[in-house]
Amino acid sequence: MSKQLLIGNEAVARGLYEAGLRVASSYPGTPSTEITECIAKYDDVYSEWAPNEKVAMEVAAGAAIAGARSFCAMKHVGLNVAADPLFTASYTGINAGMVIAVADDPGMHSSQNEQDSRHYAKASKVMMLEPSDSEECLQYAKLAFDLSEQFDTPVILRLTTRVAHSRSLVQVSARDEKALKEYKKDPMKYVMMPGMAIKKHIVVEQRILDQIAWAETAEINSIEYNSTEIGVITSGISYQYAKEALGENASYLKLGCVYPLPVEKIKAFAAKCKKVYVLEELDPFIEEHCKQNGIEVIGKEAFTLQGEYSQSLIAKVILGKEDAFVATDLDIPARPPVLCAGCPHRGLYYALKKLNVTVSGDIGCYTLGALAPLGMMDTCICMGASVSALHGRNKADEQNAKKSVAVIGDSTFMHSGVTGLINIAYNQSNSTVIILDNSITGMTGHQDNPTTGKTIKGDPTTAVSLELLAKAVGIDRVRVIDPYNLAECEQVIREEVAADAPSVIISRRPCALLKYVKHKAPMKVNPDKCIGCKMCMKIGCPAISMKDKKSVIDFTQCVGCAVCSQLCKFGAIEEGE
Amino acid sequence: MNTKSIMIVGVGGQGTLLASRLLGAALLSEGYDVKVSEVHGMSQRGGSVVTYVKYGEKVASPIVQKGQADLILAFEQLEAARWLPFLKTDGTIIANTQQIDPMPVVIGTAEYPLGVLDAVRATGANLTEIDALSLAVKAGSPKAVNVVLIGVMASHMDISYAVWENAIRATVPEKFLELNLKAFEYGYHYSN
Repeated sequence: MSKQLLIGNEAVARGLYEAGLRVASSYPGTPSTEITECIAKYDDVYSEWAPNEKVAMEVAAGAAIAGARSFCAMKHVGLNVAADPLFTASYTGINAGMVIAVADDPGMHSSQNEQDSRHYAKASKVMMLEPSDSEECLQYAKLAFDLSEQFDTPVILRLTTRVAHSRSLVQVSARDEKALKEYKKDPMKYVMMPGMAIKKHIVVEQRILDQIAWAETAEINSIEYNSTEIGVITSGISYQYAKEALGENASYLKLGCVYPLPVEKIKAFAAKCKKVYVLEELDPFIEEHCKQNGIEVIGKEAFTLQGEYSQSLIAKVILGKEDAFVATDLDIPARPPVLCAGCPHRGLYYALKKLNVTVSGDIGCYTLGALAPLGMMDTCICMGASVSALHGRNKADEQNAKKSVAVIGDSTFMHSGVTGLINIAYNQSNSTVIILDNSITGMTGHQDNPTTGKTIKGDPTTAVSLELLAKAVGIDRVRVIDPYNLAECEQVIREEVAADAPSVIISRRPCALLKYVKHKAPMKVNPDKCIGCKMCMKIGCPAISMKDKKSVIDFTQCVGCAVCSQLCKFGAIEEGE
Repeated sequence: MNTKSIMIVGVGGQGTLLASRLLGAALLSEGYDVKVSEVHGMSQRGGSVVTYVKYGEKVASPIVQKGQADLILAFEQLEAARWLPFLKTDGTIIANTQQIDPMPVVIGTAEYPLGVLDAVRATGANLTEIDALSLAVKAGSPKAVNVVLIGVMASHMDISYAVWENAIRATVPEKFLELNLKAFEYGYHYSN
C-alpha cells in the first residue's frame, strides 16, 4: 500500500487498527481527540465516546480481560481522572492487549497545566512508549499491543502536541484480524483484594525487572554513532529537534521506551561520548534516571522545565548558534481566541455581567468568557470543578451564595459535574448551577456526548435529560432559558440566585457552528440611527467593529443571533433580509 | 537538497488548514519527504494561527523557528508583521492586505497599527502584497481567498501548474472545484 501524509493521531489509529483492535473507548481532549475519531471510521472496530476518561479506561480494561485488543485515549489531565483504574489494571494485567494513549501538551496550546505523564508510568509501574513522528506512531501502536500481551500489562503510548498534530509520511498495511481470546475465570488475577493484590504486587515488580532486561536490547532504544564529541540521550519530538540542530555533529541514544528505562545501554553510550546531554521537554525524567545510576549528563541546568523545546533552543544552548532575523518596530496587539459570532455562551455571560455575580467556571469553549470584554469567570480548575467548588465556596461563605453561580457545559457536566451536583443536593448548599447546553462537545471540535442523542458514529441513541437528571438527584428548582434572550436570562438567574434552595438553570441553544443549525440573515446597522455609543461592543462579538464612529457588522461572520440588537437603545441594529 | 520551510499564518477560521493540506499534497506528489505541523483546539477560535510545512530529502523537526522560513504566506496583514521574525533574512513573504481586528482592538484596549505592510517592507524583507479578497470575489466567492493565496505562493515555488491543479482536484469537493481552480489561476498569475 502507498505512503500517506497522516497526523500522528491518525497514524496511531491506523496502527491500532492494523494490530487487530476490537474495542475503543475515549473522552475527547486536545491533542488526543483525532485518534478515536479516526478509529470510528473503521467499521470492524467497536468505538465510543465515554462520559469521562475513568469510564473509558475501565471499558478498555473490561474488554481486554474479556479477550479483545482494546484501547482508550485521553489528554494528559484525562489521565488524572483515569488514574484509579490505571494503577490497579497494572496489577490485574490483561488477557488480550490493552493500549492507553495519553497526549501531553508542552507549551499548553490548549490545556490548563503542563503536567508530564511519564510520572504516571513510573508511579503505576506501567510500560510507556514514546514515538517521534507519524510512522513511529503507527509502528509503536502495533508494538504496544505485542508488549502488552508479552508482559501481561497495559501499555501507555505517550504523545505530545507536536507528534499528535504533525503530518508525516506513513506506510500503511493490511489489518491483522485478531479473534476474541478465550476468557478464563481467575479471581487470583482479576479480583484485587488484599490477599490477591499482595501476590500480584510481587508479579508487578518482577515484570519491571523483565522489562528493563528487554529495554537493554530493544530495537526501539536505538543508538546512532556519529561524532562522539556530543552525546544526546533523548526521546519523542526532542529527538527530531536534536537531529535538525546537531545533525552528524552528535551521537544519539533515542529511547522509544521511556518507562522502564535501560541502565547498561545508557551507561555504555555515555561512556563513549565526551559530553552527554539529556534532551527532554517538561520534567527531568530521563535525566534523573541517569543521575541516579551515576551517569554524568547535562539536562535541566542548561535547558528549561517550561514549554516546548525546538531545534533553535538546542542549537543555541549546545552550539551557541542563532539564526538572524528581522522584525518591524510596530506595537503588535495580541490576537487571543474569542467566542465565535453567534456563540450562545455570549448572551448568558452578558446577563451574568449585568448581575455582577461570582462565577465558578469550568473547562470548555465557555472558559473564553473569562477574557475581556466579558471577563465573567472567577475560577477554573479542572473538569467538573465549577459545581463542587461553588458548593465549597458557598459553605465557606454563606452570604456569598446569593451572589454566585457555577457555569459548566453539557459535556463537562456529564464528565464530572453531576457528582458535584449530587453533593449540592445531598449536603444542601444554596447553589445555582448553570448548565450551558450547546448540544455538543465544542472546544475539541464537535464530538457527541450522552446528552446529544447520537453515538460516535452519528447513530441515534438514548439522550440524557438534564432536567430529569437534576430533579432525580434532588434539585427541585430546574429552569430552562434561551441564551439569545437577554431579558429572560437576566430575570431567571436573578430569581434563582435569590431563592433559598439549590437550583439548576439549563441555558439551551446549540453551538452556532453545528451544521444542522439554521442561521438567520446577518444583522445590519442603520447608520442614521447609530450614534456610535459602542454599547454593542460590550459583548465582544468578532463580527462587530467600529468604522467612522459607527458600528458595522461583518456579513461574512454574523449569523443573525440578534443579541447585539437587544443592547442597542436606539434600535439601530436591524434584522437583515 | 536542503530542507525548505514554509509558514502559513492567519486568523482562526480563514482556511489556513486547507492551504497546508493542498501544499502537503502537492509536495508529496513531487516525491519529497514532508512534515506539516498544525495546532488544533483553543487557538482555532479566532486566534492567531500558524501552520509549518517543511520538505526536502529527509525532514527532522516539523516546526519552524525565528529566522528559518524560506517563505511566509500571511492571510492577514497584522499576522504578516507578527510572524516576520520567523522569515530567513533572504526569504519571501506574501501578505494578503485584508485587515481583521483582534479583540483588544475591537474593545478599544489596543490599536491596529497604521502602515503595517510598509513597516514590513521597511525591514528589507522581500514582500509581495495582494488584495486576495477582491480576486476571490472576482473568481466567484469571498471564501476562495485561501486558494487565491495558494496560487500566489505556487508562483514562487518550483512545482508545475499541473501538479497544483491535481492537488486541488484531489482535495476540494466537486461542487467548489471550478471556483477554486479559477481562484488559484488568479493568484498564480498575479504580479505586483
